[in-house]
Amino acid sequence: MPETPLATRPNAAKGGVVIEGKLLPTIALRAESVTKRYGPRLALDGVSIDVGAGECVALIGESGAGKTTLLRCFNRLVDPDEGRILVAGVDARELDPFALRRRTGYVPQDGGLLPHWRVQRNVELVPWLRQLENRSDLALRAMRLVGLEPELFASRWPRELSGGQRQRVAVARALAVNPGVVLLDEPFGALDAISRADLQSTFLGIRRELGVTSLLVTHDLDEAFLLADRVVVMRNGRVEQAATPGQLRDAPASDYVRQLLLRARVTAA
Amino acid sequence: MSMTTLPAMLLMVFGMPPIQAPPPQSRPIVVASKPFGESYLLAEMFAQLLEARGFVADRRLGLGATEIAFSALRSNQIDVYPEYTGTGLLAILGERPSPDPRQVYRQVAREFRARYGVRWLPPLGFQNTYAIAVRRETARRLQLRTLSDLARVSATMRAGLTPDFIGRPDGLPGLGKAYGIHFRSVRALLAAVKYQALAAGEVDVIDGYSTDGFIVRYDLVVLKDDRGFFPPYEAAALISPAFARDVPAGVAALTELSGLLTEEDLRRLNRRIEVDNEPIPDVAADALRSLGLTHARTERVRTAKDASAGGVAQYLWRQRDTIMSLTLRHLLLVGVSLAGALALALPLGLALERKRRVAESVIRGVGLLQTLPSIALLAFMIPLLGIGVVPALVALFLYSLYPILRNTYTGGRGAAPDAVGAAWALGMTPRQVLRHVRLPLAAPVIMAGIRTAAVINVGTATLAAFIGAGGLGDPIAAGLALSDTRMILSGALPAAMLALLVDGALGICERIVAPRG
Repeated sequence: MPETPLATRPNAAKGGVVIEGKLLPTIALRAESVTKRYGPRLALDGVSIDVGAGECVALIGESGAGKTTLLRCFNRLVDPDEGRILVAGVDARELDPFALRRRTGYVPQDGGLLPHWRVQRNVELVPWLRQLENRSDLALRAMRLVGLEPELFASRWPRELSGGQRQRVAVARALAVNPGVVLLDEPFGALDAISRADLQSTFLGIRRELGVTSLLVTHDLDEAFLLADRVVVMRNGRVEQAATPGQLRDAPASDYVRQLLLRARVTAA
Repeated sequence: MSMTTLPAMLLMVFGMPPIQAPPPQSRPIVVASKPFGESYLLAEMFAQLLEARGFVADRRLGLGATEIAFSALRSNQIDVYPEYTGTGLLAILGERPSPDPRQVYRQVAREFRARYGVRWLPPLGFQNTYAIAVRRETARRLQLRTLSDLARVSATMRAGLTPDFIGRPDGLPGLGKAYGIHFRSVRALLAAVKYQALAAGEVDVIDGYSTDGFIVRYDLVVLKDDRGFFPPYEAAALISPAFARDVPAGVAALTELSGLLTEEDLRRLNRRIEVDNEPIPDVAADALRSLGLTHARTERVRTAKDASAGGVAQYLWRQRDTIMSLTLRHLLLVGVSLAGALALALPLGLALERKRRVAESVIRGVGLLQTLPSIALLAFMIPLLGIGVVPALVALFLYSLYPILRNTYTGGRGAAPDAVGAAWALGMTPRQVLRHVRLPLAAPVIMAGIRTAAVINVGTATLAAFIGAGGLGDPIAAGLALSDTRMILSGALPAAMLALLVDGALGICERIVAPRG
């Protein structure tokens, strides 16, 4: 098992984690030496990461690096073969997967809206699953949060929306019950540059407002640097480096990370 | 539901056969026929003779083919049907043809009793054999009188022959050896269409039976079998083991007919039903009366089919009560079998979605059933389920499985995988995903499968007539055998309407269950 990176070393005495000198009170998500096999293929190979409460961590790497598999461990869409997943300090295996998912936001790349439900009903999905009385209020609030006027959008069908609007609905749906954690799987990857920039700034605003713990899968280093407090570079099912954007830029841990940075700068220009 | 209550329930659903007035001396005697005119006529004569002697006859006319009728008889599903000694010898025993009719009769009587416990009553008196026929104009132009004449020009002739005749050793292969007849082309045609094909000039020569009324109707010339190749076959009543055991008096009543019918009689009677389209019950009653076997006109069991001229519309109107009850029977056959198929194929299709590795093999296996010819499937079922409604329901059920299963699987699998994934990831239970996401999204594809199955089912159910299950196939089978277009239409038109109605009704269901988004 690789050493726990300095920047994320848990501060055991205070039960929190030190990030660039700031003390975050608790660890919201933690993976401990997590291994996952699909047949002969090793998707995750002894991965350990921590995500502090209120923190945004980006998982970055090529396709097949294990980012999405790791992400899906945190709402038990995937159960590890070895190692542990802790959610708010509790072993995920002890949690009911459906209850866990209903208190964990999730935004897939393609939105994943139910095409036979209108926008508002889509946003009400999780409140409805949790049988909350005020599901309509929650949905309208979440829609405003992502910049969708309920008067204009509540009764539209998903197919009547642009890609960016659909993705906003997906974010609203993920946040409707104000979950402590939101998992985002390349949420803006399929959008054109302008919509993506819009959504990224919306997301930053939401994070400032709600302080929701976020784990974000992306293959776009610029996006990771823009949105995340810390970046975890993954390669072949392992963590290559976990650091703040600044640390990553200043001290890439390997040639691979250096190459990644080089390419990102090219695309950023 | 136990196996014993199922037939009882179906009997309740489908109603009892009509019971005759005179007090029955025994259980009803099930009289059957094969689906061609002479067979219908002889069976009707058997039935009326039994009724005149105080028995109750239950008619199951027009059973699909020799195999279906004979296996039903062997297993006591039916009691009696008219058969030909040569057919018994060749098609059932698989023996070689013989030129001596008396010897053939002795052989089949002995063998059937020994092998199957089935009895041949003494022959009815007339012989029937294959007749090779051409149009009168063809005969004149090519100067054809005998099969030897035909051999001379056979290389220029197009033949339309029943599939049976093409394969049987006493049919085309033997004809080639005996006369050197080799046609330019051979087309397999069913009995019902070969006469029209010949009359229309689509083919030049066909096989028929020497007693066919159609030979007169289409003014055909039968070529003389100058080398005596075709063995003559005698018609006789074939008696099931249970009939012989349970109702010997009924068997005795039927032997009254033995030896009374001549070829001349049959040609005249067949002509009345096949050329003049007179109702078979009337013709049978006249025949029995003129033979001195009955006196008064016997009461009809079936509504007499009015032979008087009139358009299709008038005919349909006159037959409306019959058509209505046949349609109801048809609808029940379709409804029950389709409901059964839905109950199995829907859950199976959805379950297979999670077992994708076995899914294709399972669905292909069910698809194989679809490739079985309907008649063959029905015939396979007789040893297991007998004839009548139950095997028909099972066959229709099997035919309905594939479209529903295939579409349920495909629809469930293909339905917006991203939406299914997101619903799952946000905490829906499998049941909720199924009910609120997969089913509504797959509904249009599943409904398309159900509609396909229903329409196929309505059509296939017309074949149920061949195993005595009734429905709109009854007039179609009889009409085809008698070349009576109005009778065919009285089954085919309601069947077509029924298919449209069923499809339309399911279309409305689809609009209700399908998602709008």
